[in-house]
Amino acid sequence: MTGLWSRRYLVLRRVTQLGILLVFFGSLHWGWKVAGSPVLRGDLSASTLVGLVPLADPLAALQILATRHVPDSSVLLGALVVVLFYGVVGGRVFCSWVCPINPVADLAAWMRRKLGWKGTLRLDRRVRDWVLGLTLVLSAWTGLAAFEWISPIGMVHRSVIFGMGVGWIGAAAIFLFDLLVDRQGWCGHLCPLGAFYGLLGRAAQIRVAFDATTCTRCGDCLAVCPEPHVLNFEHAGAAGLVVSGDCTNCGRCTPICPEGSLGFAWRARVRRPPTDLQIPRARRAS
Amino acid sequence: MDAKQHSRREFFARTARGAGAAALGGAVWAYLVHGQAHATPFALRPPGAIPESDFLSTCIKCGQCVADCPYDTLRLADVAAPVPIGTPYFEPREVPCYMCPDVPCVRACPSGALDPGLANVEASEMGLAVLLDRENCLSYRGLRCEICHRECPVQDRAITIENHPRGLSRHALFVPIVHSDACTGCGVCENVCPLPEPAIKVLPRELAQARPAEHYDFGWQTETPITQEYEPAPAAPEASSEDLDAGLDYLNEEIPR
Repeated sequence: MTGLWSRRYLVLRRVTQLGILLVFFGSLHWGWKVAGSPVLRGDLSASTLVGLVPLADPLAALQILATRHVPDSSVLLGALVVVLFYGVVGGRVFCSWVCPINPVADLAAWMRRKLGWKGTLRLDRRVRDWVLGLTLVLSAWTGLAAFEWISPIGMVHRSVIFGMGVGWIGAAAIFLFDLLVDRQGWCGHLCPLGAFYGLLGRAAQIRVAFDATTCTRCGDCLAVCPEPHVLNFEHAGAAGLVVSGDCTNCGRCTPICPEGSLGFAWRARVRRPPTDLQIPRARRAS
Repeated sequence: MDAKQHSRREFFARTARGAGAAALGGAVWAYLVHGQAHATPFALRPPGAIPESDFLSTCIKCGQCVADCPYDTLRLADVAAPVPIGTPYFEPREVPCYMCPDVPCVRACPSGALDPGLANVEASEMGLAVLLDRENCLSYRGLRCEICHRECPVQDRAITIENHPRGLSRHALFVPIVHSDACTGCGVCENVCPLPEPAIKVLPRELAQARPAEHYDFGWQTETPITQEYEPAPAAPEASSEDLDAGLDYLNEEIPR
Protein backbone atom coordinates (compact mmCIF):
# COMPACT_ATOMS: atom_id res chain seq x y z
CA MET A 1 0.00 0.00 0.00
CA THR A 2 2.81 2.38 0.84
CA GLY A 3 4.32 1.39 -2.46
CA LEU A 4 1.22 2.51 -4.27
CA TRP A 5 1.02 5.70 -2.20
CA SER A 6 4.57 6.58 -3.09
CA ARG A 7 3.60 6.19 -6.73
CA ARG A 8 0.43 8.23 -6.47
CA TYR A 9 1.47 10.81 -9.04
CA LEU A 10 2.58 8.14 -11.47
CA VAL A 11 -0.80 6.42 -11.16
CA LEU A 12 -2.63 9.73 -11.46
CA ARG A 13 -0.64 10.65 -14.53
CA ARG A 14 -1.36 7.37 -16.25
CA VAL A 15 -5.05 7.71 -15.40
CA THR A 16 -5.10 11.25 -16.79
CA GLN A 17 -3.19 10.35 -19.95
CA LEU A 18 -5.39 7.39 -20.76
CA GLY A 19 -8.53 9.10 -19.48
CA ILE A 20 -8.17 12.05 -21.84
CA LEU A 21 -7.69 9.76 -24.83
CA LEU A 22 -10.63 7.67 -23.62
CA VAL A 23 -12.91 10.70 -23.38
CA PHE A 24 -11.93 11.71 -26.91
CA PHE A 25 -12.53 8.16 -28.10
CA GLY A 26 -15.80 7.77 -26.18
CA SER A 27 -17.15 11.08 -27.46
CA LEU A 28 -16.42 10.04 -31.03
CA HIS A 29 -17.31 6.36 -31.06
CA TRP A 30 -19.67 5.79 -28.16
CA GLY A 31 -21.56 9.07 -28.25
CA TRP A 32 -20.57 10.30 -24.80
CA LYS A 33 -22.52 13.49 -24.30
CA VAL A 34 -23.10 16.20 -21.73
CA ALA A 35 -26.20 18.33 -22.25
CA GLY A 36 -26.56 17.06 -25.80
CA SER A 37 -23.02 17.90 -26.87
CA PRO A 38 -20.06 15.56 -27.23
CA VAL A 39 -17.92 15.71 -24.09
CA LEU A 40 -14.71 16.32 -25.97
CA ARG A 41 -14.86 16.52 -29.75
CA GLY A 42 -11.65 16.57 -31.75
CA ASP A 43 -8.15 15.57 -30.76
CA LEU A 44 -5.15 17.09 -29.02
CA SER A 45 -4.55 19.53 -31.90
CA ALA A 46 -7.90 21.21 -31.42
CA SER A 47 -11.13 20.26 -29.74
CA THR A 48 -14.39 21.51 -28.30
CA LEU A 49 -15.27 20.79 -24.69
CA VAL A 50 -19.01 20.08 -24.20
CA GLY A 51 -19.79 21.98 -27.38
CA LEU A 52 -18.76 25.21 -25.72
CA VAL A 53 -15.12 25.72 -24.83
CA PRO A 54 -12.69 25.71 -27.74
CA LEU A 55 -9.26 24.24 -27.08
CA ALA A 56 -6.30 24.33 -29.45
CA ASP A 57 -2.65 23.47 -29.49
CA PRO A 58 -0.97 26.88 -29.18
CA LEU A 59 2.14 25.76 -31.06
CA ALA A 60 -0.02 24.50 -33.95
CA ALA A 61 -1.82 27.85 -34.00
CA LEU A 62 1.54 29.64 -33.97
CA GLN A 63 2.75 27.55 -36.92
CA ILE A 64 -0.40 28.34 -38.89
CA LEU A 65 0.20 32.03 -38.21
CA ALA A 66 3.81 31.59 -39.36
CA THR A 67 2.52 30.32 -42.72
CA ARG A 68 0.78 33.69 -43.04
CA HIS A 69 -2.66 32.19 -42.63
CA VAL A 70 -4.93 33.46 -39.89
CA PRO A 71 -6.95 30.61 -38.39
CA ASP A 72 -10.53 31.16 -37.34
CA SER A 73 -11.28 32.66 -33.95
CA SER A 74 -12.07 29.24 -32.42
CA VAL A 75 -8.48 28.12 -32.85
CA LEU A 76 -7.07 31.42 -31.60
CA LEU A 77 -9.39 31.46 -28.59
CA GLY A 78 -8.74 27.78 -27.94
CA ALA A 79 -4.98 28.37 -28.03
CA LEU A 80 -5.42 31.23 -25.55
CA VAL A 81 -7.42 29.01 -23.18
CA VAL A 82 -4.70 26.36 -23.31
CA VAL A 83 -1.92 28.93 -22.84
CA LEU A 84 -3.66 30.35 -19.78
CA PHE A 85 -4.27 26.89 -18.31
CA TYR A 86 -0.71 25.66 -18.72
CA GLY A 87 0.65 29.06 -17.80
CA VAL A 88 -0.86 28.47 -14.37
CA VAL A 89 -0.43 24.74 -13.78
CA GLY A 90 3.00 24.50 -15.45
CA GLY A 91 3.70 24.42 -19.16
CA ARG A 92 5.18 20.99 -19.36
CA VAL A 93 2.32 19.53 -17.36
CA PHE A 94 1.14 18.74 -20.88
CA CYS A 95 4.21 16.57 -21.39
CA SER A 96 3.89 14.43 -18.29
CA TRP A 97 0.13 14.43 -17.73
CA VAL A 98 -1.45 14.59 -21.19
CA CYS A 99 0.92 13.73 -24.03
CA PRO A 100 0.44 10.13 -25.26
CA ILE A 101 4.15 9.87 -26.03
CA ASN A 102 5.01 10.17 -22.34
CA PRO A 103 4.21 6.54 -21.43
CA VAL A 104 6.22 5.39 -24.45
CA ALA A 105 9.23 7.49 -23.45
CA ASP A 106 8.86 6.35 -19.84
CA LEU A 107 8.80 2.72 -20.94
CA ALA A 108 11.99 3.21 -22.95
CA ALA A 109 13.66 4.96 -20.00
CA TRP A 110 12.55 2.19 -17.65
CA MET A 111 13.94 -0.50 -19.93
CA ARG A 112 17.18 1.42 -20.24
CA ARG A 113 17.47 1.50 -16.46
CA LYS A 114 16.68 -2.20 -16.15
CA LEU A 115 19.17 -3.12 -18.85
CA GLY A 116 21.72 -0.71 -17.47
CA TRP A 117 22.33 0.85 -20.88
CA LYS A 118 24.26 4.06 -20.97
CA GLY A 119 23.66 6.77 -23.49
CA THR A 120 25.06 6.18 -26.95
CA LEU A 121 24.56 9.73 -28.13
CA ARG A 122 24.35 12.75 -25.87
CA LEU A 123 22.41 15.57 -27.42
CA ASP A 124 22.34 18.93 -25.75
CA ARG A 125 19.08 19.76 -24.01
CA ARG A 126 18.99 23.06 -25.85
CA VAL A 127 18.69 21.29 -29.20
CA ARG A 128 14.92 21.33 -28.70
CA ASP A 129 14.94 25.13 -28.59
CA TRP A 130 16.63 25.09 -31.98
CA VAL A 131 14.05 22.60 -33.22
CA LEU A 132 11.33 24.94 -31.94
CA GLY A 133 12.90 27.85 -33.80
CA LEU A 134 13.27 25.70 -36.88
CA THR A 135 9.59 24.71 -36.62
CA LEU A 136 8.54 28.32 -37.04
CA VAL A 137 11.16 29.17 -39.67
CA LEU A 138 10.21 26.13 -41.76
CA SER A 139 6.50 26.90 -41.36
CA ALA A 140 7.14 30.35 -42.81
CA TRP A 141 9.37 28.93 -45.55
CA THR A 142 7.27 25.99 -46.72
CA GLY A 143 3.90 27.58 -45.97
CA LEU A 144 2.93 24.44 -44.07
CA ALA A 145 2.71 24.00 -40.30
CA ALA A 146 6.05 22.17 -40.24
CA PHE A 147 5.85 20.20 -37.00
CA GLU A 148 2.21 19.20 -37.42
CA TRP A 149 3.11 17.35 -40.60
CA ILE A 150 5.67 15.09 -39.00
CA SER A 151 4.63 15.13 -35.35
CA PRO A 152 4.74 11.63 -33.83
CA ILE A 153 2.50 13.01 -31.08
CA GLY A 154 -0.14 13.85 -33.66
CA MET A 155 0.25 10.48 -35.39
CA VAL A 156 -0.27 8.62 -32.14
CA HIS A 157 -3.21 10.51 -30.69
CA ARG A 158 -5.00 10.68 -34.02
CA SER A 159 -4.66 6.98 -34.60
CA VAL A 160 -5.86 6.21 -31.07
CA ILE A 161 -8.81 8.61 -31.13
CA PHE A 162 -9.96 7.95 -34.67
CA GLY A 163 -9.34 4.27 -34.12
CA MET A 164 -7.34 3.41 -37.16
CA GLY A 165 -4.13 3.09 -38.92
CA VAL A 166 -0.51 2.83 -38.20
CA GLY A 167 0.11 5.83 -35.97
CA TRP A 168 1.96 3.50 -33.65
CA ILE A 169 4.87 3.89 -36.07
CA GLY A 170 5.47 7.30 -34.51
CA ALA A 171 5.44 5.78 -31.03
CA ALA A 172 7.71 2.94 -32.11
CA ALA A 173 10.21 5.35 -33.62
CA ILE A 174 10.41 7.33 -30.38
CA PHE A 175 10.64 4.17 -28.31
CA LEU A 176 13.60 2.89 -30.32
CA PHE A 177 15.29 6.28 -30.39
CA ASP A 178 14.96 6.68 -26.62
CA LEU A 179 15.99 3.10 -25.97
CA LEU A 180 18.90 2.78 -28.35
CA VAL A 181 20.17 6.26 -29.09
CA ASP A 182 19.65 8.82 -26.36
CA ARG A 183 18.16 8.65 -22.86
CA GLN A 184 14.98 10.76 -22.85
CA GLY A 185 16.06 11.54 -26.41
CA TRP A 186 12.76 12.76 -27.78
CA CYS A 187 11.02 14.43 -24.85
CA GLY A 188 14.17 15.79 -23.24
CA HIS A 189 16.14 16.88 -26.27
CA LEU A 190 14.21 17.16 -29.52
CA CYS A 191 10.48 17.77 -29.07
CA PRO A 192 9.62 21.36 -30.07
CA LEU A 193 6.25 21.14 -28.34
CA GLY A 194 8.02 20.36 -25.06
CA ALA A 195 10.38 23.27 -25.68
CA PHE A 196 7.41 25.55 -26.29
CA TYR A 197 5.66 24.46 -23.12
CA GLY A 198 9.00 24.82 -21.31
CA LEU A 199 9.03 28.51 -22.22
CA LEU A 200 5.41 28.80 -21.11
CA GLY A 201 6.22 27.03 -17.84
CA ARG A 202 8.56 29.76 -16.65
CA ALA A 203 5.58 31.67 -15.29
CA ALA A 204 3.88 28.58 -13.85
CA GLN A 205 2.12 28.95 -10.52
CA ILE A 206 2.20 25.32 -9.45
CA ARG A 207 5.79 24.37 -8.82
CA VAL A 208 7.86 21.91 -6.87
CA ALA A 209 8.95 23.68 -3.69
CA PHE A 210 12.42 22.85 -2.42
CA ASP A 211 13.53 23.17 1.16
CA ALA A 212 17.32 23.40 1.07
CA THR A 213 17.64 23.30 4.88
CA THR A 214 16.33 19.73 5.17
CA CYS A 215 17.84 18.40 1.95
CA THR A 216 20.75 16.00 2.48
CA ARG A 217 21.79 15.91 -1.18
CA CYS A 218 21.23 12.18 -1.41
CA GLY A 219 20.43 12.53 -5.10
CA ASP A 220 17.44 10.18 -5.13
CA CYS A 221 15.40 12.85 -6.89
CA LEU A 222 18.08 13.32 -9.56
CA ALA A 223 18.00 9.62 -10.30
CA VAL A 224 14.30 9.58 -11.10
CA CYS A 225 13.94 13.00 -12.71
CA PRO A 226 13.57 12.94 -16.50
CA GLU A 227 14.97 16.49 -16.65
CA PRO A 228 17.56 16.35 -13.86
CA HIS A 229 19.07 19.72 -14.66
CA VAL A 230 15.96 21.40 -13.20
CA LEU A 231 16.90 20.09 -9.76
CA ASN A 232 19.78 22.51 -9.48
CA PHE A 233 20.28 22.72 -5.73
CA GLU A 234 21.89 26.16 -5.94
CA HIS A 235 19.12 27.81 -7.94
CA ALA A 236 16.26 25.88 -6.43
CA GLY A 237 17.65 26.41 -2.94
CA ALA A 238 17.97 30.13 -3.45
CA ALA A 239 14.46 30.49 -4.89
CA GLY A 240 12.82 27.95 -2.60
CA LEU A 241 11.38 26.14 -5.62
CA VAL A 242 12.27 24.54 -8.93
CA VAL A 243 12.57 27.53 -11.20
CA SER A 244 13.23 26.01 -14.60
CA GLY A 245 10.35 25.84 -17.06
CA ASP A 246 11.66 22.45 -18.15
CA CYS A 247 10.21 20.86 -14.99
CA THR A 248 7.18 18.83 -16.07
CA ASN A 249 5.52 18.71 -12.64
CA CYS A 250 5.45 14.95 -13.03
CA GLY A 251 5.75 14.39 -9.28
CA ARG A 252 8.38 11.67 -9.46
CA CYS A 253 10.72 13.47 -7.08
CA THR A 254 8.27 14.55 -4.38
CA PRO A 255 7.25 11.15 -2.93
CA ILE A 256 10.74 9.72 -3.29
CA CYS A 257 12.51 12.37 -1.22
CA PRO A 258 13.36 10.73 2.13
CA GLU A 259 13.53 14.11 3.85
CA GLY A 260 10.31 15.47 2.37
CA SER A 261 12.22 18.45 1.08
CA LEU A 262 10.30 18.49 -2.18
CA GLY A 263 6.56 19.01 -2.61
CA PHE A 264 4.04 20.73 -4.86
CA ALA A 265 3.16 24.27 -3.85
CA TRP A 266 1.69 27.45 -5.22
CA ARG A 267 4.45 29.69 -6.30
CA ALA A 268 2.98 32.71 -4.50
CA ARG A 269 2.88 30.78 -1.22
CA VAL A 270 6.51 29.70 -1.39
CA ARG A 271 8.55 31.93 0.86
CA ARG A 272 11.90 32.91 -0.46
CA PRO A 273 14.52 31.56 1.90
CA PRO A 274 16.88 34.07 3.58
CA THR A 275 19.90 34.77 1.46
CA ASP A 276 22.42 33.90 4.21
CA LEU A 277 21.00 30.41 4.37
CA GLN A 278 23.59 27.79 5.24
CA ILE A 279 23.09 25.02 2.76
CA PRO A 280 24.34 21.75 4.22
CA ARG A 281 27.20 20.05 2.51
CA ALA A 282 26.51 17.10 0.29
CA ARG A 283 26.34 13.80 2.08
CA ARG A 284 25.51 10.47 0.59
CA ALA A 285 22.48 8.71 1.91
CA SER A 286 23.30 5.33 3.33
CA MET B 1 44.04 37.01 -23.48
CA ASP B 2 45.08 33.77 -25.07
CA ALA B 3 42.37 31.83 -23.30
CA LYS B 4 39.82 34.40 -24.33
CA GLN B 5 40.76 34.13 -28.01
CA HIS B 6 40.66 30.41 -27.74
CA SER B 7 37.16 30.42 -26.27
CA ARG B 8 36.00 32.86 -28.90
CA ARG B 9 37.27 30.59 -31.63
CA GLU B 10 35.51 27.72 -29.93
CA PHE B 11 32.33 29.76 -29.76
CA PHE B 12 32.41 30.44 -33.49
CA ALA B 13 33.16 26.81 -34.23
CA ARG B 14 30.25 25.69 -32.08
CA THR B 15 27.91 28.21 -33.65
CA ALA B 16 28.95 27.14 -37.14
CA ARG B 17 28.43 23.50 -36.26
CA GLY B 18 25.03 24.26 -34.76
CA ALA B 19 23.97 26.29 -37.77
CA GLY B 20 25.16 23.52 -40.09
CA ALA B 21 23.21 20.89 -38.21
CA ALA B 22 20.13 23.12 -38.20
CA ALA B 23 20.43 23.75 -41.93
CA LEU B 24 20.83 20.07 -42.72
CA GLY B 25 18.05 19.02 -40.38
CA GLY B 26 15.84 21.79 -41.68
CA ALA B 27 16.39 20.79 -45.29
CA VAL B 28 15.50 17.15 -44.61
CA TRP B 29 12.52 18.24 -42.56
CA ALA B 30 11.27 20.62 -45.26
CA TYR B 31 11.67 17.86 -47.83
CA LEU B 32 9.58 15.49 -45.70
CA VAL B 33 6.87 18.07 -45.08
CA HIS B 34 6.74 19.07 -48.72
CA GLY B 35 6.57 15.47 -49.90
CA GLN B 36 3.88 14.63 -47.39
CA ALA B 37 1.72 17.64 -48.21
CA HIS B 38 1.89 17.03 -51.93
CA ALA B 39 1.50 13.27 -51.68
CA THR B 40 -1.41 13.17 -54.07
CA PRO B 41 -3.43 15.56 -56.19
CA PHE B 42 -6.49 13.34 -55.82
CA ALA B 43 -7.67 14.16 -52.29
CA LEU B 44 -11.33 15.17 -52.11
CA ARG B 45 -11.98 17.62 -49.29
CA PRO B 46 -15.13 18.28 -47.26
CA PRO B 47 -17.63 20.91 -48.43
CA GLY B 48 -16.45 24.50 -48.16
CA ALA B 49 -12.75 23.60 -48.16
CA ILE B 50 -10.67 26.61 -49.10
CA PRO B 51 -8.21 26.23 -52.04
CA GLU B 52 -5.94 23.22 -51.48
CA SER B 53 -2.69 25.08 -50.79
CA ASP B 54 -4.40 27.31 -48.20
CA PHE B 55 -6.27 24.30 -46.84
CA LEU B 56 -3.01 22.44 -46.22
CA SER B 57 -1.64 25.43 -44.31
CA THR B 58 -4.74 26.16 -42.27
CA CYS B 59 -6.20 22.76 -41.34
CA ILE B 60 -5.11 21.96 -37.78
CA LYS B 61 -5.85 18.23 -38.19
CA CYS B 62 -8.31 18.01 -35.31
CA GLY B 63 -10.89 15.81 -37.04
CA GLN B 64 -13.90 17.68 -35.72
CA CYS B 65 -15.44 17.67 -39.19
CA VAL B 66 -14.98 13.90 -39.22
CA ALA B 67 -16.60 13.62 -35.79
CA ASP B 68 -19.68 15.58 -36.85
CA CYS B 69 -20.21 13.93 -40.24
CA PRO B 70 -23.44 11.94 -39.78
CA TYR B 71 -22.75 9.54 -42.64
CA ASP B 72 -19.15 8.69 -41.72
CA THR B 73 -18.21 10.03 -45.12
CA LEU B 74 -15.20 11.95 -43.89
CA ARG B 75 -12.05 10.28 -42.70
CA LEU B 76 -8.85 11.57 -41.23
CA ALA B 77 -5.80 10.50 -43.22
CA ASP B 78 -3.43 8.34 -41.22
CA VAL B 79 0.18 7.56 -41.98
CA ALA B 80 -0.68 4.95 -44.59
CA ALA B 81 -3.50 6.86 -46.31
CA PRO B 82 -2.91 8.04 -49.87
CA VAL B 83 -3.67 11.58 -48.70
CA PRO B 84 -1.62 14.19 -46.77
CA ILE B 85 -1.41 13.02 -43.16
CA GLY B 86 -4.02 14.13 -40.62
CA THR B 87 -6.25 15.91 -43.12
CA PRO B 88 -9.92 15.08 -43.73
CA TYR B 89 -10.92 13.52 -47.04
CA PHE B 90 -13.50 11.21 -48.49
CA GLU B 91 -13.67 8.45 -51.05
CA PRO B 92 -16.99 8.60 -52.92
CA ARG B 93 -16.92 4.96 -53.93
CA GLU B 94 -16.93 4.09 -50.21
CA VAL B 95 -19.29 6.75 -48.89
CA PRO B 96 -20.13 9.89 -50.87
CA CYS B 97 -21.03 13.25 -49.34
CA TYR B 98 -24.80 13.45 -48.91
CA MET B 99 -24.74 17.25 -48.74
CA CYS B 100 -26.46 17.92 -45.40
CA PRO B 101 -28.26 21.26 -45.73
CA ASP B 102 -26.89 22.41 -42.35
CA VAL B 103 -23.31 21.36 -43.29
CA PRO B 104 -22.25 20.11 -39.82
CA CYS B 105 -18.65 19.50 -40.93
CA VAL B 106 -18.18 23.16 -41.83
CA ARG B 107 -19.78 24.29 -38.58
CA ALA B 108 -17.46 22.00 -36.62
CA CYS B 109 -14.28 23.36 -38.21
CA PRO B 110 -12.41 25.59 -35.75
CA SER B 111 -9.62 26.70 -38.08
CA GLY B 112 -11.43 28.14 -41.07
CA ALA B 113 -9.96 25.51 -43.40
CA LEU B 114 -13.62 24.83 -44.20
CA ASP B 115 -15.03 28.22 -45.07
CA PRO B 116 -17.68 29.19 -42.49
CA GLY B 117 -19.09 31.56 -45.10
CA LEU B 118 -20.44 28.65 -47.15
CA ALA B 119 -24.10 29.60 -47.14
CA ASN B 120 -25.48 26.79 -49.24
CA VAL B 121 -24.06 23.31 -49.52
CA GLU B 122 -24.96 23.33 -53.22
CA ALA B 123 -22.39 26.08 -53.66
CA SER B 124 -19.59 23.82 -52.45
CA GLU B 125 -16.94 22.61 -54.88
CA MET B 126 -15.52 19.42 -53.43
CA GLY B 127 -14.55 18.28 -56.89
CA LEU B 128 -16.04 17.71 -60.30
CA ALA B 129 -17.63 14.55 -61.64
CA VAL B 130 -16.02 13.46 -64.89
CA LEU B 131 -17.30 10.72 -67.15
CA LEU B 132 -13.87 9.22 -67.56
CA ASP B 133 -14.58 6.07 -69.50
CA ARG B 134 -17.00 6.46 -72.37
CA GLU B 135 -16.06 3.10 -73.79
CA ASN B 136 -17.53 1.28 -70.82
CA CYS B 137 -20.24 3.70 -69.67
CA LEU B 138 -23.48 1.76 -70.14
CA SER B 139 -25.28 4.84 -71.45
CA TYR B 140 -22.66 5.32 -74.13
CA ARG B 141 -23.00 1.66 -75.03
CA GLY B 142 -26.65 2.21 -75.79
CA LEU B 143 -28.37 1.14 -72.58
CA ARG B 144 -30.77 3.41 -70.75
CA CYS B 145 -28.70 3.26 -67.54
CA GLU B 146 -28.63 6.91 -66.45
CA ILE B 147 -28.34 5.91 -62.80
CA CYS B 148 -25.87 8.72 -62.12
CA HIS B 149 -28.34 11.21 -63.50
CA ARG B 150 -31.25 9.89 -61.48
CA GLU B 151 -29.33 9.70 -58.19
CA CYS B 152 -27.62 13.08 -58.54
CA PRO B 153 -28.74 15.30 -55.63
CA VAL B 154 -28.43 18.43 -57.76
CA GLN B 155 -31.08 16.94 -59.97
CA ASP B 156 -31.11 17.82 -63.66
CA ARG B 157 -28.63 20.62 -63.19
CA ALA B 158 -25.33 18.90 -62.38
CA ILE B 159 -25.97 16.00 -64.73
CA THR B 160 -28.33 16.18 -67.69
CA ILE B 161 -29.13 13.56 -70.28
CA GLU B 162 -28.51 14.44 -73.90
CA ASN B 163 -29.70 12.29 -76.73
CA HIS B 164 -27.63 11.58 -79.77
CA PRO B 165 -29.62 10.16 -82.71
CA ARG B 166 -27.75 7.39 -84.45
CA GLY B 167 -29.62 7.10 -87.70
CA LEU B 168 -32.31 4.66 -88.79
CA SER B 169 -32.96 1.32 -87.09
CA ARG B 170 -30.79 2.18 -84.07
CA HIS B 171 -32.23 4.04 -81.12
CA ALA B 172 -30.58 7.22 -79.95
CA LEU B 173 -27.88 7.30 -77.27
CA PHE B 174 -28.93 8.93 -74.02
CA VAL B 175 -25.74 10.06 -72.36
CA PRO B 176 -25.02 11.85 -69.09
CA ILE B 177 -23.36 15.25 -69.37
CA VAL B 178 -21.85 16.89 -66.26
CA HIS B 179 -22.16 20.64 -65.82
CA SER B 180 -19.37 22.20 -63.79
CA ASP B 181 -21.44 25.20 -62.70
CA ALA B 182 -23.85 22.97 -60.76
CA CYS B 183 -21.80 19.88 -59.83
CA THR B 184 -20.58 19.95 -56.21
CA GLY B 185 -18.38 16.87 -56.45
CA CYS B 186 -20.38 15.05 -53.78
CA GLY B 187 -19.62 11.76 -55.50
CA VAL B 188 -23.06 10.14 -55.39
CA CYS B 189 -22.75 9.41 -59.13
CA GLU B 190 -19.40 7.67 -58.62
CA ASN B 191 -20.89 5.76 -55.70
CA VAL B 192 -23.92 4.47 -57.59
CA CYS B 193 -22.35 3.70 -60.96
CA PRO B 194 -23.25 0.03 -61.49
CA LEU B 195 -19.98 -0.94 -63.14
CA PRO B 196 -17.45 -2.82 -61.00
CA GLU B 197 -15.13 0.13 -61.51
CA PRO B 198 -17.13 3.33 -62.02
CA ALA B 199 -17.12 5.05 -65.40
CA ILE B 200 -17.82 8.39 -63.74
CA LYS B 201 -15.46 9.63 -61.05
CA VAL B 202 -15.02 12.76 -59.01
CA LEU B 203 -11.72 14.55 -59.43
CA PRO B 204 -10.41 17.64 -57.69
CA ARG B 205 -11.37 20.63 -59.80
CA GLU B 206 -7.80 21.73 -60.46
CA LEU B 207 -7.22 18.36 -62.02
CA ALA B 208 -10.46 18.01 -63.93
CA GLN B 209 -10.80 21.46 -65.44
CA ALA B 210 -8.91 23.33 -68.08
CA ARG B 211 -8.30 27.02 -67.59
CA PRO B 212 -9.52 29.07 -70.54
CA ALA B 213 -7.19 31.84 -71.65
CA GLU B 214 -8.38 35.32 -70.73
CA HIS B 215 -7.95 36.80 -74.18
CA TYR B 216 -10.12 34.36 -76.08
CA ASP B 217 -13.08 36.13 -77.62
CA PHE B 218 -15.73 33.84 -78.99
CA GLY B 219 -17.39 36.21 -81.41
CA TRP B 220 -20.54 34.17 -81.82
CA GLN B 221 -21.04 34.06 -78.05
CA THR B 222 -19.80 37.48 -77.05
CA GLU B 223 -22.22 39.86 -75.48
CA THR B 224 -20.41 43.00 -76.59
CA PRO B 225 -22.35 44.45 -79.55
CA ILE B 226 -20.68 44.60 -82.92
CA THR B 227 -20.35 48.24 -83.99
CA GLN B 228 -18.96 50.23 -86.92
CA GLU B 229 -16.93 52.43 -84.63
CA TYR B 230 -13.32 51.71 -85.30
CA GLU B 231 -10.09 53.62 -85.36
CA PRO B 232 -8.66 53.82 -88.88
CA ALA B 233 -5.17 52.38 -89.12
CA PRO B 234 -2.47 55.08 -89.00
CA ALA B 235 -1.39 56.16 -92.49
CA ALA B 236 1.94 54.86 -93.72
CA PRO B 237 4.62 57.60 -93.85
CA GLU B 238 5.20 59.11 -97.32
CA ALA B 239 8.34 57.80 -98.97
CA SER B 240 10.87 60.55 -99.74
CA SER B 241 12.21 60.95 -103.31
CA GLU B 242 15.73 60.04 -102.10
CA ASP B 243 14.50 56.68 -100.93
CA LEU B 244 12.81 56.13 -104.29
CA ASP B 245 15.92 57.10 -106.24
CA ALA B 246 18.07 54.76 -104.18
CA GLY B 247 15.66 51.97 -104.93
CA LEU B 248 15.66 52.70 -108.66
CA ASP B 249 19.46 52.95 -108.79
CA TYR B 250 19.64 49.57 -107.23
CA LEU B 251 17.33 48.11 -109.83
CA ASN B 252 19.32 49.68 -112.67
CA GLU B 253 22.65 48.44 -111.46
CA GLU B 254 24.38 45.96 -113.65
CA ILE B 255 24.45 42.51 -112.37
CA PRO B 256 28.04 41.58 -111.63
CA ARG B 257 29.13 38.46 -113.28
